[in-house]
Amino acid sequence: MKEFFQDFKDEFILNFVDGNMWKWLVDGLKNTLIITLFSLIIGVAIGIVVASIRSTFDKNREVYKRRGGWFYYVQWCLNALAQVYLTVIRGTPVVVQLLIAYFIIFASSRNGVAIAVFAFGLNSGAYVAEIFRGGIMSIDNGQFEAGRSLGFNYFQTMIYIVIPQVIKAVLPTLCNEFIVLIKETSVAGYVGIMDLTKAGELIRGRTFSAFMPLIAVALIYLVVVVVLTELVKILERRLRVNER
Amino acid sequence: MRDDSVIIKTLGLKKYYKGESIKALDDVNLEIKRGEVVVIIGPSGSGKSTYLRSLNLLELPTDGAIIFNGVDVADKNVDINIHRQKMGMVFQHFNLFPHKTVLGNMTLAPMKLLKKTKEEATEKAMTLLKRVGLEDRADSYPSQLSGGQKQRIAIVRALCMEPDVMLFDEPTSALDPEMVGEVLELMKQLADEGMTMVVVTHEMGFAREVADRVIFMCDGKIAEEGTPEEIFSNPKNPRTKQFLDSIL
Ligand SMILES: Nc1ncnc2c1ncn2[C@@H]1O[C@H](COP(=O)(O)OP(=O)(O)OP(=O)(O)O)[C@@H](O)[C@H]1O
Ligand SMILES: [Mg+2]
Repeated sequence: MKEFFQDFKDEFILNFVDGNMWKWLVDGLKNTLIITLFSLIIGVAIGIVVASIRSTFDKNREVYKRRGGWFYYVQWCLNALAQVYLTVIRGTPVVVQLLIAYFIIFASSRNGVAIAVFAFGLNSGAYVAEIFRGGIMSIDNGQFEAGRSLGFNYFQTMIYIVIPQVIKAVLPTLCNEFIVLIKETSVAGYVGIMDLTKAGELIRGRTFSAFMPLIAVALIYLVVVVVLTELVKILERRLRVNER
Repeated sequence: MRDDSVIIKTLGLKKYYKGESIKALDDVNLEIKRGEVVVIIGPSGSGKSTYLRSLNLLELPTDGAIIFNGVDVADKNVDINIHRQKMGMVFQHFNLFPHKTVLGNMTLAPMKLLKKTKEEATEKAMTLLKRVGLEDRADSYPSQLSGGQKQRIAIVRALCMEPDVMLFDEPTSALDPEMVGEVLELMKQLADEGMTMVVVTHEMGFAREVADRVIFMCDGKIAEEGTPEEIFSNPKNPRTKQFLDSIL
């Protein structure tokens, strides 16, 4: 028993204390969180735009067609572009997208974190778009009609009446997307970014001992995810209370 | 020639679905005068809702003209949003905004569209709330109200825009029977004050008592129209007779 603890202690010192390698994990976690946060911000921005284009086209198809002219064709083209974006992004693995971003699109840049934010942001935009579109679709059509019948135009109706309800409805799902993204960014190491996973790998490569660094990495992910999941639950409960 | 006593006039109004296979409205011509209360009755699927919703272009007509205050609002070059401000609409399912309080529901459109200050909008809203005896519910959310209260709020929300005409699509159909009365009472008050109203309803008592004119629709057409007395006591069209027999 005593031996076991001595072994454990030695291993711990070897993997984390020597050469201050615990700092790698801290830096890795920092990168993981930065990539995740900024990716989600980009994802939400793209998602709102894409979802708006898609549902605007769906809801106003008849009106625009009747009006005719260029506005309908602009809408049609935007909608087609959005469709292509959604199909391509959701139809290919995120690692492949990351590799393409790193080695082809930004081949001349070596700012890995920025490229990862771009790739993961573009990727999550597609999923966030569908979350928002689902949110918009879930709002009763009577809400649109009530807004329009008071004299609001389509965009005012969206801004004052629909979007506030959509945000409330999708906020927990968005937070869950953040949690999913934390885990998804663990492939960032493929392009040499030192995120949390990669930090564990580097330590393992240095010490030739797999158990400690990998279990440590897993535990850190787990703690972050569990804490955030609990926070989302609290948020959900508060949103429901506000509904009264 | 513009006749100021006519507020809404539809000419050859048609609404087809699926090509021409469903004729929800088939050449409807009707003139509604200022201050008039028109009640539209008819069997399910006869086009009552479609007609009412065409008046403020929630449904786009396939063909025909809708002259409102002298302007053809069905013309695709007309900005319908301006005209909708003057046509209040009340829905079967209330459609209150759940994320806003009663007061918020009532002041949103006047503040954003009529550019009223918050104080002006609130004052107007409170006056109307007092009138319907719901001033103590100003800060409640819709989910805290009964069905009858919701519908009365929906009515005064529309009134906050000071409309020229009020459109009602089965305003009491979603209510528990004991709450129908309070809503009809408010509508009757409005009628007495001279509001122009177009009402789709199955409440024949209301039609008999409040309507200036009753329209019987059938298969997307106006099958018969007349005073309540003429329609209810002495219907000429056999379809009208058949319909009234089936519901009374
Ligand atoms: N979006 C639509 N697509 C196809 N057909 C439709 C659509 N909306 C309405 N209709 C058809 O148009 C006709 C008229 O419908 P409308 O809702 O105006 O009837 P209504 O008189 O209001 O009936 P109810 O008393 O049941 O409310 C019906 O035959 C209906 O099936
Ligand atoms: Mg109807």
